[in-house]
Amino acid sequence: MKKSLYRLLIPALSLLFLFSAAVAETFHPAVDSLMISTADHTKFDELKKDFRSGPEVTEACLRCHTEAAKQLHRTKHWTWDVPMKDGKMLGKSHVVNNFCISVESNEPRCTSCHIGYGWKDKTFDFTSERNVDCLVCHDATGTYRKYPSGAGHPALVDTVFGKKPFPKSDLTYIAQHVGNPDRHNCGICHFEGGGGDAVKHGDLDNSLLEPSETLDVHMASGKDELNMTCIDCHKTEGHQVPGSRYEPTARDVHGFDYPLPDDYPTTCGSCHGLEPHKNFKKLDDHIDKVACQTCHIPAMAKERSTKMWWDWSKAGQLDDKGKEITRMDSTGHPVYMTKKGEFEWAREVEPEYRWFNGEMNYVTFLTEIDDSGVVAINHPDGEPGDSLSRIWPFKVHRGKQPYDSVLKRFVKPKLFGPKGSGAYWKDFDWRKSIETGMAYAGMDYSGSYGFVETEMYWPISHMVSPKEDALGCVDCHARGGRLEKLGGFYLPGRDASAFVELIGLVVILGSLVGVVAHAAMRYVAHKNMKQEGEA
Amino acid sequence: MRRVYLYARFQRFWHWMQAITIFSLLFTGLEVHGLFKLIGYETAFHVHNFLAWGLVTFIVLAFFWYITTGDFRQYLTEGNLIEKIMMQARYYLIGIFKNEPHPFKKNEISRLNPLQRITYLMLTLVGLPLQIIVGFAYYYFNELVALGMPPSWMEPIAHLHTLLAYLLIGFVIMHVYMTTTGHTLTSNIKAMVTGWEEVEE
Repeated sequence: MKKSLYRLLIPALSLLFLFSAAVAETFHPAVDSLMISTADHTKFDELKKDFRSGPEVTEACLRCHTEAAKQLHRTKHWTWDVPMKDGKMLGKSHVVNNFCISVESNEPRCTSCHIGYGWKDKTFDFTSERNVDCLVCHDATGTYRKYPSGAGHPALVDTVFGKKPFPKSDLTYIAQHVGNPDRHNCGICHFEGGGGDAVKHGDLDNSLLEPSETLDVHMASGKDELNMTCIDCHKTEGHQVPGSRYEPTARDVHGFDYPLPDDYPTTCGSCHGLEPHKNFKKLDDHIDKVACQTCHIPAMAKERSTKMWWDWSKAGQLDDKGKEITRMDSTGHPVYMTKKGEFEWAREVEPEYRWFNGEMNYVTFLTEIDDSGVVAINHPDGEPGDSLSRIWPFKVHRGKQPYDSVLKRFVKPKLFGPKGSGAYWKDFDWRKSIETGMAYAGMDYSGSYGFVETEMYWPISHMVSPKEDALGCVDCHARGGRLEKLGGFYLPGRDASAFVELIGLVVILGSLVGVVAHAAMRYVAHKNMKQEGEA
Repeated sequence: MRRVYLYARFQRFWHWMQAITIFSLLFTGLEVHGLFKLIGYETAFHVHNFLAWGLVTFIVLAFFWYITTGDFRQYLTEGNLIEKIMMQARYYLIGIFKNEPHPFKKNEISRLNPLQRITYLMLTLVGLPLQIIVGFAYYYFNELVALGMPPSWMEPIAHLHTLLAYLLIGFVIMHVYMTTTGHTLTSNIKAMVTGWEEVEE
């Protein structure tokens, strides 16, 4: 009896053991600082001092990270220059935009997002290593903030900008608590481009700090979610952050290659390959013609309204008492500001779709524009028959901005500065503002200005939805669908040949009318014959 | 009048399966073409492509059956086909209104009149195969382009597929109407259900 019990018990126990091994969760050691870094910055004597300015911190950083500033000097984050193949110089310091138009003459305000200290005018020394701001990207405390009009410096004493408090940055504490950039470091500039949260890009805003899965399936930061950060895709080497609106990758032809950076930056295909739709072959057939983003980012500005329209020509109105006006819409977004003019905002925006081959054309301040219609400040190149082009989603920001109505070029108004300096935001005089800005830039100006309507294209790549929320076939394959206006190719469900439809109509109606007539004639003939028979 | 067994079980099966398949293909095809929204584009697309394989299967089975049983002879005509077709056409255009007898009588050996022979033959040997080939070229477009087909063929292929579908609808309308021209209104349909039809002696 006892023996037989053992015989049962042993296999039962071993089965139990096997089973328990199968269901056991993989053990993950707790992630602490020791898992991430070999250096505890709180232990460095270099950092145990009372820093009184940003550059002082940088000097301390550079004692160990001796080459870091030199690396930074080569990046477009530092130069705001992007030299193009055709010899054109693009980059933030050169291109026209239809938000705040131009950096030049507005440096103290614009360069609060520069990774440098003190770019307040043309005298900024781009060779200075101590002016590289290490902390804005490496602050792991979330407390470091550049002062909006401080030309890149943080608040060194407690202060207020607008109505927002900017407390003194505790540089010593921050310097001792540094880390790899997370979403907040990148976001502090890229989420707030154009002067505020969600203004510029449409697919980058502060909702991405802690996004839900529906907002961004990759960056979702909840339990068991991917929790990817910016640098997972914008994988950095030597401080060069890949990813550029000047030379974007419109079509990945390499497929799986993460983390090798042969596509800049990591594309969808780097992780998902070039045939990602396992059970739906026809979707993979779309990949050469449709960017992943087109279906998988069905809407941008999902949680926060983004600016869609900015009309500078309406700026400058004052109320009866000569005071500036600010009008808000019901959601608390300004729709009119004396300084800036008229705005329109939108949330859950359907992107606009264009063929795009990766060549983005930029108008510069030297380009002669055709002011008879809407001027595209930049526009994507591409066409349907081209093997490089795919359909891409864009945020198109439209507005009206000043230009030289004689020379037909965009102008650089001086917006920011003290009263009497010509700055539009204090003097509200376009003539003075443009003259001052153009003179500062050393550019020709005829003296006559006007306002022209412009549009600017921003390719959309962020806020990728979970696959359940991706566009369905009928969103495009339909009359009146999302691709209604995108011409030059046959789209099933949307397009038809008028000739074929006409033949179809004739055939179907003809045969219906024919059989009905034939049947009627048979009926009449039959009735007549019956009557004749009876008669 | 006498009762003859005109349609073998397989013929009826294949006829009705073909009818259901073609009807569903037309229905889903028109939705994919964007003429209406009923079962949804994606569902219509999947059903359409699935049924295309169904139709191919039924046609292959039918060819096999017709060849192995020798029943394909039903489609062969002796003598002047044109003349016979004209006779049958004249009947539908004139004779039918005068209560004239059908010019060709049905029997066990010959159940199809010359007009039916040529129509069904053209449908099965030319119309449907062409539509299927064009349809498959449409579906496997990317593969064919990879093999060297010019991408600009997409549009003509799509238009041809649509055109053939419209012609097929015309055929279906007339075909259904023609079933009422037997010796009673429903005798042809009954025969295609039971296999048995009453024919003139």
